[in-house]
Amino acid sequence: MAEYSAWQVLRNAVTGNTGWKPAWRKPEPKPQYDVVIIGGGGHGLSTAYYLAANHGLTNVAVCEKGWLGSGNIGRNTTIVRSNYLLEGNTPFYEHSMKLWENLSHELNYNVMFSQRGIINLCHTPAQMDDAARRGNAMQLMGADSRMVMPDELARRIPGLDLSANARFPVLGGLEQPRAGTARHDAVAWGYARGADRRGVDILENCEVTGFLRDGDRVTGVMTSRGEIRAKKVAVCVAGSTGAVMKLAGIDTLPIESHVLQAFVTEALKPMVDTVVTFGGGHLYLSQSDKGGLVFGGDIDGYNTYAQRGNLPIVEDVMSEAVALFPAAAKVRLLRSWGGIMDMSMDGSPIITTGPLPGMYLNCGWCYGGFKATPASGWCFAHTIAKNEPHPLNAAYSLDRFHRGYVIDEKGQGATPWKH
Amino acid sequence: MIITCPHCGPRDLAEFTYQGDATLSRPEPASTDQEAWNAYVYDRANPAGEHREYWQHAGGCRKFLVVTRNTLTHAISGVEFAPATGSSRRKRS
Repeated sequence: MAEYSAWQVLRNAVTGNTGWKPAWRKPEPKPQYDVVIIGGGGHGLSTAYYLAANHGLTNVAVCEKGWLGSGNIGRNTTIVRSNYLLEGNTPFYEHSMKLWENLSHELNYNVMFSQRGIINLCHTPAQMDDAARRGNAMQLMGADSRMVMPDELARRIPGLDLSANARFPVLGGLEQPRAGTARHDAVAWGYARGADRRGVDILENCEVTGFLRDGDRVTGVMTSRGEIRAKKVAVCVAGSTGAVMKLAGIDTLPIESHVLQAFVTEALKPMVDTVVTFGGGHLYLSQSDKGGLVFGGDIDGYNTYAQRGNLPIVEDVMSEAVALFPAAAKVRLLRSWGGIMDMSMDGSPIITTGPLPGMYLNCGWCYGGFKATPASGWCFAHTIAKNEPHPLNAAYSLDRFHRGYVIDEKGQGATPWKH
Repeated sequence: MIITCPHCGPRDLAEFTYQGDATLSRPEPASTDQEAWNAYVYDRANPAGEHREYWQHAGGCRKFLVVTRNTLTHAISGVEFAPATGSSRRKRS
């Protein structure tokens, strides 16, 4: 394995940079694999990596219809956190946090994980109580949290509107100091490289067009690059879950596809060195290393597969950003884009065996999938290799909806456009 | 996106509230068919293409509408009052 290191940088600097190799191969599909993973996004690639690294399964292919990182792994606002309330969620996301903390070393690839902390602002006494409760629950389940007061906020985030006559005056906030951001493309590339070096075939421009079946059992996939047989087929396609599962004859799922927009401004001098969320509406904002403010808000709120959003949400998100940082009103927006979210009916994901024999399903990430990338792959790889879920993802079953064991973090009920 | 309300005419998206999939039919209230209730509450076709969905013109006439919209293009091919509302609603005595 050609390691990336300071020594390699120096060596290549004096040898004309001729020593670098592509981070992953471009192999031809083999006729048969032990495991075929549909979807070369963050979760699919991390699943492939952990199948090889943790379970010794290297006869694995990842089928990606476009290029690596073309989906939500490259479209999110890069926030990593584990500040959940419910027992089904916090241990899973905290496991993910621990994997994040060692990810650059594990992959020998700099994912630029920056533990700059996240502060969820509170604007009412009830929100302060709720934040304290969530913070306590996090600590009981092994995560870290602390309450922050306005004097500390004023010191740490100088641009924040802390005036008493704000429409939603800030009373304080809940901080998770170990939370932060990561370079999202590097996560996809790092996992792809790690999986590739262990023998996994990453098949780009390889769209799955159907499933090979033997009765109920799934025995492989039909793709735009030919038929591929597999002992196990893992579906990991986020917003396209409904469309792909229909190819296997699964016509309904507890999933709706919705669009989430994200925004980045022109580059500014350092302004905010943590992740801030607005409790008077729904906004999450951080500053990238290039200087742009990266932020997003609610999903557009209606079923869609179009990777573009509508203007009312743009206006809504901008007004919230300006409410938090009045100085941002003078800043020009550089880009906005959309990604398709697999919104589940309780706002929590699904990592499970089935629903057909020989098939495994990973979906329902709503708009919180990025932070889960390491643990999602870690747990999904376990589920595929052992044919049963790991205790960390046992609650993320597909039948929990019909059995009455939903994990509804927001208490919103079966209205996916409101989670 | 502009939705043409049958009562108010073409209006901006911001005036409307989304109310979800309109192809589902709720079981009779007295029904004890657990699977039928589960399917109604949780299972969605989530089509990539034509989708019949409820919207309420909350910032206008407040009527509930059934909109037929393409989820790939956002093109709207039909808007009508939801059953038991609007012009089809019987007058209460």
